Amino acid sequence: METARYIASRFAQSLFALLCIITITFFLARLAPGGPFLDEKAVPEHLIEQMNKNYGFDKPLPVQYFLYLGRLVQGDLGPSLGNKGFTVNEVISEGFPVSFLLGISGLVIALLIGVPVGVFAAAKRNTGVDYGLMTLAMLGICLPTFVIAPLLGEFLGLRLGWFDVAMWENSSAWFLGALTLGLYYSAYIARLTRGSMLDVLSQDFIRTARSKGVAPLTILFKHAFRGGITPVVAYLGPALAGLIGGSFVVETVFGLPGLGQHFIKAATNRDYWLINGTVTVFAILILVMNFLVDVIQAWLDPRTQSKD
Amino acid sequence: MTPPAPHETHQGSPLHPTLFGRLLSGFLAGALLLGLTSCERESRVDKATKEKILLLGNGAEPKALDPHIVSSVGDSNILRSLFEGLVAYHPKNDMLHEPGVAERWESNEDFSEWRFFLRNDARWSNGDPVTAHDFVYSYNRILHPEMAAPYASMLYFLKNGEAFNRGEIDDFSQVGVKAVNDFELVCTLERPAPYFPDVVKHTTWLPIHGPTIEKFGKMTDTYTEWQKPGNHVSNGAFRLTDWRINAYVKVRKNPHYWDVKNVKPNGINFYPIDNTFTEEKAFRNGLLHYTYVLPNNLISAYEKSGDPRLRKETYNGSYFFRCNVNEAPTNNVDFRRALAYAINQETIVNFVTRGGQQPAYGFTPPSEAGYHPPDMIRHDPDVAREFLTKAGYESGADVPEFTIMINTSESHKDIAVAIQDMWKKTLGIEKVKIENQEWKVFQQTVQDIEYQVSRAGWIGDYVDPNTFLSMWLSGDSNNQTGWSNPDYDRLMKESASISDPAERYAKLVAAETILLSEVPVLPVYWYTRVYLLHPDVKNWHPLLLDNHPYKHIDLVRDESEETPE
Amino acid sequence: MDLAPPRDGKTIEKGTSLGRDAWYRLQKNHLAMASLWFFIFIVVVCFLLPLFPFVPNPNITHPDLQSMPALSSATSMEGAEVFYLLGSDHLGRDIFARILYGGRVSLAVGFLATAVSLSIGVIYGALSGYVGGRLDAAMMRVVDILYALPFMIIVIILTTYFGNQLWLLFVCIGAVEWLTMSRIVRGQVISLKNQEFVEAARSLGLGQSRIIFRHLIPNTVGPVIVYTTLTVPAVMRLEAILSFLGLGVQPPDASWGSLIKEGADRMASDPGLLIYPAIVFGLTLFSLNFLGDGLRDALDPKSSKD
Repeated sequence: METARYIASRFAQSLFALLCIITITFFLARLAPGGPFLDEKAVPEHLIEQMNKNYGFDKPLPVQYFLYLGRLVQGDLGPSLGNKGFTVNEVISEGFPVSFLLGISGLVIALLIGVPVGVFAAAKRNTGVDYGLMTLAMLGICLPTFVIAPLLGEFLGLRLGWFDVAMWENSSAWFLGALTLGLYYSAYIARLTRGSMLDVLSQDFIRTARSKGVAPLTILFKHAFRGGITPVVAYLGPALAGLIGGSFVVETVFGLPGLGQHFIKAATNRDYWLINGTVTVFAILILVMNFLVDVIQAWLDPRTQSKD
Repeated sequence: MTPPAPHETHQGSPLHPTLFGRLLSGFLAGALLLGLTSCERESRVDKATKEKILLLGNGAEPKALDPHIVSSVGDSNILRSLFEGLVAYHPKNDMLHEPGVAERWESNEDFSEWRFFLRNDARWSNGDPVTAHDFVYSYNRILHPEMAAPYASMLYFLKNGEAFNRGEIDDFSQVGVKAVNDFELVCTLERPAPYFPDVVKHTTWLPIHGPTIEKFGKMTDTYTEWQKPGNHVSNGAFRLTDWRINAYVKVRKNPHYWDVKNVKPNGINFYPIDNTFTEEKAFRNGLLHYTYVLPNNLISAYEKSGDPRLRKETYNGSYFFRCNVNEAPTNNVDFRRALAYAINQETIVNFVTRGGQQPAYGFTPPSEAGYHPPDMIRHDPDVAREFLTKAGYESGADVPEFTIMINTSESHKDIAVAIQDMWKKTLGIEKVKIENQEWKVFQQTVQDIEYQVSRAGWIGDYVDPNTFLSMWLSGDSNNQTGWSNPDYDRLMKESASISDPAERYAKLVAAETILLSEVPVLPVYWYTRVYLLHPDVKNWHPLLLDNHPYKHIDLVRDESEETPE
Repeated sequence: MDLAPPRDGKTIEKGTSLGRDAWYRLQKNHLAMASLWFFIFIVVVCFLLPLFPFVPNPNITHPDLQSMPALSSATSMEGAEVFYLLGSDHLGRDIFARILYGGRVSLAVGFLATAVSLSIGVIYGALSGYVGGRLDAAMMRVVDILYALPFMIIVIILTTYFGNQLWLLFVCIGAVEWLTMSRIVRGQVISLKNQEFVEAARSLGLGQSRIIFRHLIPNTVGPVIVYTTLTVPAVMRLEAILSFLGLGVQPPDASWGSLIKEGADRMASDPGLLIYPAIVFGLTLFSLNFLGDGLRDALDPKSSKD
């Protein structure tokens, strides 16, 4: 009963948050200067007016907003202004799988590298191994994705010929994209894991276990790991959202038709409905991720379930 | 080692199996590559050459595949493969005309009425015949006020075209285009245009298939489903088979095309790769036959190795800075002259852009069908300083702060920084700022003339100086400087009614002389196209407008030179 | 866990000497001290060295002297004698001078924006986690909403309405970076707030704010410092992306981020453009990182018992 009520109230809160995001985005996008119909070669004023009329942009903004909400409820995200002939629904349903694939593979790579490295460094605290691993992790954080991605393309793609360097169709370039994202986030996760593992390892119950003569590996994995991983889990929500939404650099460098590129192009084209549509999808994603994170966190660390 | 197992195209295929397949194969590949070294495999370009499919980098994602909506260069490349106009582009020389849907054409004495005789074997990709009525329908559609086609002004050549587009007359039959019968089209022009066959080559003059448009909506609807693969009907050498946003547009040979036996490639894949560095890598990776551009800073590396794949060709465009003539300090004509003469165009071309561009001493690029702009703005520090004094400044330090507005891009930034430093060194102007603006914001700023100096470029739509000089008429929507000069307007108007080319050019030179002496624009350089082309691609000739008719382009495995790495 | 000694009383006692204690412990960590001195060195060099006349103007171009190697001197076509310590870029500008001036921007942005995000994030997260219940839920939904907003659109709107100014950079970056920090602190506080020492403090009748600021926040210092050392590079990266979008440092000025961005584009033809700024940037971040680790150990009262 308690759990069901918790979930229901969280759901209601999330819906409200979603509405806020949609509203803010709608008005923000319309505030930005320069409209969707501006072109490098000037378009005569009377034609711009007609285009605004064709798309219903001549109505007062609040009216447009409620019309938009009305369509949204029916699942209609509107036509894309930058890709004539396509609806936003179509654009997103083509782009989402690409970004999702990038994000999930990136996250898996990040966890596979980051968590073991972090735990290992914590176990070997203040030794050469620890410093070496953390230096590497720092390197991964310092080098921006727009440096790592071309480097991976140049070496793994062109020099070694293991992967294609661009395109989506029948191309392995997406794996380089996932690798770029994964390396970057693994560095974060490694440092986070090490930090919180050290915290847990210095707690009293670990000392007690140690004094009782429990084997170091058992302490590390059985006693400390659960607590040590908590901040990492808290980080996963934002991380996955960042992976899927922030992959636009990687998508641009490897020419992948994901949501990140759609969003950036929508923003630069002032493709209002596509901006709103992509943000709505991102928002749902983030809200769902945060919800899941809260649940997992509670499961990992029973103390988080505070009695209200 | 091979890339992960190839999959079918993803269009319309169920999501989960492919996603899962990709994940699995990706990780398998990742795991395998640890133990394996690379080995040779047939590149995608080699395979495509065998199948005679051209793989072209094409800049940005097309806005639409409807000739009445688009205006960008990349979009018109795709449209040129899909559609054929009355007159077609010549594969070797932009000054020459190739018969398109029209077999021949003639004009009256003063070039104000043109008669096009259409071939009777031209077909749409669904088998329907292409008739003169299709062209009338198309011109009605693009000029229709409700359509609001952004580039409708290209058809203002037609008598009453502008009036109809502005909604001043409702009756399209008053517009100067008539189908005499199924195969004869008459265009009556607002004023004489000896270069009219050049004009009708432009994308905006391409025909569209009325019944298809109206199958999916009204004539004037701009965003219906008709442009999708499967629905799209066109009359060119190719027809649309596949389109995925930000990934590719694929066209294949159109079996109903009248000249299908002479269409060399079996198809073309256009790839919208807007990151120029990625595009260059994709070319080296064997994924492309042709890059849309080559970034400035990679030119020297290709030059050093003498790579034959590097192409640098004259292009019909002018790069310049606009000056706001209504706001201080650029409202002072002597000050503008000082700025113009202080720009060392040669330095920009030789050291900053490095693409073989020509330093611009005038506005209109030379050799436009024999036109030569007046040679007026040549870098001269002394003249520049003289004009600065004339403008009332004792030294550059007295000049009030002003800003060069650019849109965010590395090459615009480099040019602006170099010019800023030239003004500082030559004129001693200390307070010049550079401001980056995001593309749409920049366009808005320039159209509202809310800048002092702003970067600009202009690519000609056809081979005639008119496409460069008409924008400086008073109140032209592309003027965007606030400059207007009655003598200039008069000379331009007079030139329009002269049919003798030499006499007409003399008028245009006189007009351009006025423009350059009042310098609302600071000329910088004349464009070149710099790109990479695979040696397998044959019959690809340098073209001033860069509008290659794709049907002539052949793909043959080039054995003579292995590509250097 | 039930064996925990009553150390809260001790913490209150030690309160005043916590800082000195930490400093003493930090001094024993040689790596951290070396990092501290290196970092001070970088700051001094970036801010003071350009005051001397032998550092050239970073924005003077010599287009004919582009991509010169390190330690080279030449005469430009205008007749100027130029000496390049670390070589020149594609417009013939002095890389060394550009790195120094770029450092001023990057360090200022890095620290001010981190400070902004740190203070908002820690206070917000601690409050949310400690109070719990409805306030917590509401505060976290606000964070969710902010996470999901289209950053780029906001940036474009801000720049067009306020112009391209450096303070906007702090606001934009600070406003984005505090979100994750607040979530981390909240998680920590929730797991700490039911521990014995907090119960004890409560039973001693201490006020809410005193509990939050004196007991909870100091105990989250470990993850917070680790995350801060991650935030500084993240901020500098973000600054680079923003200058890529046209916000922030305007040409011809540079920051480390924008120098690295330019270098990355040209790394094939001119690797020095990427390598030199990347080395300085990397070393600075390394020193910050080891300093952060050292501080974390020094500030954590628990670690002294190991």
